[in-house]
Amino acid sequence: MGLTRSEAFVTGQAGVLAVAVTEDEVATDGASTKPVEKLRRVVIRIAGDSGDGMQLTGDRFTQETAIHGNDLSTLPDFPAEIRAPAGTLPGVSAFQLHFADHDILTPGDAPDVLVAMNPAALKTNLGAVPRGGTVIVNTDEFTGRALKKVGYEQNPLEDGSLDGYRVHPIALTSQTVKALDGHPLSRKEAERAKNMYALGLLSWLYHRPVEQTLRFLEQKFAKRPDIVAANRAAFQAGWNFGETTEEFAVSYEVAPATSAFPAGTYRNISGNPALAYGLIAASRRSGLGLFLGSYPITPASDILHELAKHKAFGVRTFQAEDEIAAIGAALGASYGGALGVTTTSGPGVALKSEAIGLAVSLELPLIICDIQRGGPSTGLPTKTEQADLLQAMFGRNGESPVPIVAPRSPADCFDAAMEAARIALTYRTPVFLLSDGYLANGSEPWRIPEVEELPALRVRFAQTDDYPAGQPYLPYQRDPETLARTWAVPGTQGLEHRIGGLEKADVTGEISYDPANHDHMVRIRAAKVAGIAKSIPPLEADDPGGSARLLVLGWGSTYGPVQAACRLVRGRGGAVAHAHLRHLNPFPPGLGELLKRYDRVLIPEMNLGQLSLLIRARYLVDAVGYNQVRGLPFTSTELADAIEEQVHA
Amino acid sequence: MLDPAPAAKPLTAKDFKSDQEVRWCPGCGDYAVLAAVQSFLPSLGLQREKIVFVSGIGCSSRFPYYLSTYGMHSIHGRAPAIATGLAASRPDLSVWVVTGDGDALSIGGNHLIHALRRNVNLKILLFNNRIYGLTKGQYSPTSEPGKVTKSTPYGSLDAPFNPVSLALGAEATFVARTIDSDRKHLTSVLTAAAQHRGSALVEIYQNCNIFNDNAFEHLKAPDERDRHLLRLEPDAPLAYADRKVVWDGERRGLAVTSDTDPRPAVVHEIAAEDPTYAFALARLQDPATLSPTPIGVFRSVRRPVYDDLMEQQLAAAGHGTREPDLGALLAGADTWTVEA
Repeated sequence: MGLTRSEAFVTGQAGVLAVAVTEDEVATDGASTKPVEKLRRVVIRIAGDSGDGMQLTGDRFTQETAIHGNDLSTLPDFPAEIRAPAGTLPGVSAFQLHFADHDILTPGDAPDVLVAMNPAALKTNLGAVPRGGTVIVNTDEFTGRALKKVGYEQNPLEDGSLDGYRVHPIALTSQTVKALDGHPLSRKEAERAKNMYALGLLSWLYHRPVEQTLRFLEQKFAKRPDIVAANRAAFQAGWNFGETTEEFAVSYEVAPATSAFPAGTYRNISGNPALAYGLIAASRRSGLGLFLGSYPITPASDILHELAKHKAFGVRTFQAEDEIAAIGAALGASYGGALGVTTTSGPGVALKSEAIGLAVSLELPLIICDIQRGGPSTGLPTKTEQADLLQAMFGRNGESPVPIVAPRSPADCFDAAMEAARIALTYRTPVFLLSDGYLANGSEPWRIPEVEELPALRVRFAQTDDYPAGQPYLPYQRDPETLARTWAVPGTQGLEHRIGGLEKADVTGEISYDPANHDHMVRIRAAKVAGIAKSIPPLEADDPGGSARLLVLGWGSTYGPVQAACRLVRGRGGAVAHAHLRHLNPFPPGLGELLKRYDRVLIPEMNLGQLSLLIRARYLVDAVGYNQVRGLPFTSTELADAIEEQVHA
Repeated sequence: MLDPAPAAKPLTAKDFKSDQEVRWCPGCGDYAVLAAVQSFLPSLGLQREKIVFVSGIGCSSRFPYYLSTYGMHSIHGRAPAIATGLAASRPDLSVWVVTGDGDALSIGGNHLIHALRRNVNLKILLFNNRIYGLTKGQYSPTSEPGKVTKSTPYGSLDAPFNPVSLALGAEATFVARTIDSDRKHLTSVLTAAAQHRGSALVEIYQNCNIFNDNAFEHLKAPDERDRHLLRLEPDAPLAYADRKVVWDGERRGLAVTSDTDPRPAVVHEIAAEDPTYAFALARLQDPATLSPTPIGVFRSVRRPVYDDLMEQQLAAAGHGTREPDLGALLAGADTWTVEA
């Protein structure tokens, strides 16, 4: 239970936090004299310098919103530089949150509210705010030098360029410093708490429960009681300011999205931790130890960070000397009977290609998580893209088929990781998991699964007793159903054998340069991967009206924007079907028939048409692409326009 | 931990021969190393299934196919990385890496130095023939300057690595050198390496009779070798032929001098914590003439082993003693409940 309005900060005495956590709501509403307006949904963007703590502020506001029970979706957007020069345009870090009393699918196209902590943040983000939107600016930072640094000839707060917006000019920095008067802090340290002041104000403005944030501050700065006190005081002062100032005549309430959620226990989660948890769950459900070989790379490193915490689960994490060693060690662990995993982004995949080919040849389980980012080369490390599909599909020498799965939302990374593990273990094959920067850092509510309801991943190693005396172990003997080879791990008596990257004779695994054998082995590896389709449910299209002539086919993180766009189109009377691929290789059964049921197929992707290429080649369907590579997710309005164009084509 | 689970019945060299036809060139030094290793393996007292050989690419990397243990013939230069993952997740295994001068020092140089620095429990056998054999005779990172090969018709421009000093610089805890044709010495060095817990690098001078024949002949010929070989024995003075090794100046380096020099011969100390002495010993060798060539164990010191440390961290977190609560992990700290 969060704090209710008046029981918290009405005393307004800096440094003394009058938190009286009580469930007694009767005493509360009377204290607030301002009218409350009910809203269905809000998109809020908090932007400031990359040193201003914008991501932390966004995370906390999101957490409060999750606890309140809204549906939500977030989009952090930050620069690759750790601390770009202060106050510059490239140094702006932003966090967008969309929350609602009903189910939503995207972080929102355009902010209803922009909080700009400095002129750079205003300049880079104002264009996204529609006229009539609310803009809260920190006036303290709008000084001559700061304005000039970002190319403002005149102060935009005074020259009329904000006409048409609902502007709230607030001296956030100086009010924070004033509120912290008496705290044993330098001015600079006091100024740093301005993000908590802003968070306090926003928490008041949107009736967010604040108890968790206060507890969070205590934990985060446990070693610095003075910092805890200052942050709490700043937060409190911001909250009180909202309550008392004339600047805000009303506050807003967005009711919990009760009907949007099936019964259950929920948490807010972003893609990288969900993926990490999925891997741990797969390890537990398969009984194999989890071994992660990884080399730090944006935006994948948080998976390494998360897994490194969970040694109690027997998770071994190995920060390797490079991307190649990372996958090599993971493959070595797989050879020893572990669930071997490597995490990376596109540039790392390029380095791992040779080892992936070895895993294809050895036919050992291995999961390669590619958290895609803008490319080519170093590209846009902190921005999202879906342009590694063809690299995952074809980026190796020889005929080297690798299954590919893709999560469609942050929480779905959990299920996708378990599915990747299922395929890897069942079919003894490396598997690509293609997430991306948006999924990695974006967040949404997740219904926490019961452990018992998770799929069981059973693995059977070859045993000594499977081979009575005199019968040799045959490492490339296959299961007739799955075509998976037998898997004997070192330590198993009597099954000593040698495997390698040279072509192997069918069944025996001995080195073979025989032409017919190579042809056979190439085909059987392809057939094994193609046969995975038999274990995948057929793809179904979402077409509520049942009359659509247009199918929108997507994959990966475009799910939210595509689904939201389809709703928009349907709301305007258009008929459109949506199907979304979890499996990119092999495609799910029946996909060809599904595509041919529609007059037109539109494939939106954050690349220049990679899925389109595969679909057109495979099914001879004249699919049309809608493509953007701006480093950001699609907005649902632009997608809706593209869909409508096809609906009426 | 490596549990020696002794073999039920003593194994012999024959038990470690696989059924595969050995396909090195006739006269290759690899045959001698293979025979020595097959004879040596029974002395480990381990069952065959507890032993794994991992190799990269190159002539030497065919090695695992010819042993009846578990084995993986992997990709060029990556064997130390693959073996690291195996050793770190399976501390019950005895993991060996077989590599060559191209595999370990050129394409795989990065993995070699990091495996040594971490002190992963790996025994790395580096077959050094100072040439690329499998690609038919290009110069390698250990070839002498000016080497004329197919890829260097005007002579190589590269300065070579000294694998022993490279390994010492990479914080290796065990470094040794031996020669393919000296079965007894090779076996004694393998035994010392096997007994060392942590990473062990053994450089084996190996003759490529096709592309670099007789590269080490002066270290092998009975009438010549004693003038060039400095045999390292723990706690024994450094001396060979009519020469001995002394401290040059105030321990600024080692120098070879006549045995009549009044200064005392340096006594070989393999367990010195400071690697300076071992490094100076490695640098005694003239890279052009390979004389003198110290053979034996340069350095053998104890340092915490990567695999053990990883195991300890897991145990300290409760792995193996407490059943972890997956449900609690998934739920995290901040949850809310939607009623039906």
